[in-house]
Amino acid sequence: MSGTFPRARTSIVGVATFGTGRAAGYEATELAALSCMAALKDAGLSLPDVDALFFSHAVDAWGGTTLAQYLGLSPRVVESSRLGGSAFQSYVEHAAYLLDAGLINVALIAYGSNQATASGKLPRTMLPFPYEAAYKPLNPVSAYALAADRYRTLYGLKREQLGEVALAARRWAQLNPDAAKRDPLTMDDYLAARMVSDPLSVLDCCLVTDGGGAIVMTRADRARDLGPPRSTFLGPPLAPPITISRPCRTSR
Amino acid sequence: MTNRSYSETGGPDAQFRAYLEAGRFMIQRSRSTGRHVFYPRVAEPGTGAMDLEWVEASGKGTVHASTVVRMRPPTPSYNVALVDLDEGPRMMSRVDGVPPEEVKAGMTVRAHIIWEDDQPLVIFRPA
Repeated sequence: MSGTFPRARTSIVGVATFGTGRAAGYEATELAALSCMAALKDAGLSLPDVDALFFSHAVDAWGGTTLAQYLGLSPRVVESSRLGGSAFQSYVEHAAYLLDAGLINVALIAYGSNQATASGKLPRTMLPFPYEAAYKPLNPVSAYALAADRYRTLYGLKREQLGEVALAARRWAQLNPDAAKRDPLTMDDYLAARMVSDPLSVLDCCLVTDGGGAIVMTRADRARDLGPPRSTFLGPPLAPPITISRPCRTSR
Repeated sequence: MTNRSYSETGGPDAQFRAYLEAGRFMIQRSRSTGRHVFYPRVAEPGTGAMDLEWVEASGKGTVHASTVVRMRPPTPSYNVALVDLDEGPRMMSRVDGVPPEEVKAGMTVRAHIIWEDDQPLVIFRPA
């Protein structure tokens, strides 16, 4: 509940990425660790300052403890919850509560993936769900396609409307020197793209890329000693993860 | 910890599968709330009612949403759909017997059990 979130009491004080796009020859943990070191440097802090680690690894179920050992940390809190892409917003929210409660002082939140150069595909992290796998939906794109179809039933949907999202994402990418794809994208390009799971095409799908990222969080009062914070949290970044989860798709 | 409700067939997944192999599409229903449940569970989702019994599904349903998984030719593209059973639960399946693009939300369909890749499977055809 946003009423209990410690508003403006925690801050991001360090941010870094490494190997965005393609990082051949680097493992996921290495990409995450390099990002951690760069984020700590950005924060003006060091490994001995860290007492909480939030990390998950696509194919190492014990990812948090693995990275803790890799970095030589003995954190008070290690979290490796897997919520899909929203895991990191969840980590930030949990870090904020723990920081505000004084249980931890410096949170390190990290991720790394070498899915592009390792296999060229999304990693297999899940058991097939027997009540869906037999129908061979593409995961996760078919789930989103079904949601888009439902949206179309309720509100109407033109492909051009979906296309605006792809075009906007590409325009943002053109502003980022580390972005994987920066060539211009037009609506004609979008409409001509190969369909993957109707109504979604390859240009509606996330790219499969390598990269690592890390952020460092502290309480806002400490952040002020470290120089201007990257940002201060006013509210929790996460809504409950129900929108595309299996229970929502297959029951009502 | 009690083994009172332990079944030699196994848990709900195994029981569902045993019925399907025998050619029967069975779903669960709570004796106390009357609500039907699918996919098989040990308790009714939300209420937690543990008094689920197996009942024959009518097989009737309505398409809730549909997509076509596009394959590179010559592999055929195919339908994947979410179907609302008349009894209430929503399940993933596919609608056969029509071109995959023609499956639309609102279409009334009927369940059939087929065998595919050595497994029994519930699919639907237009009603």
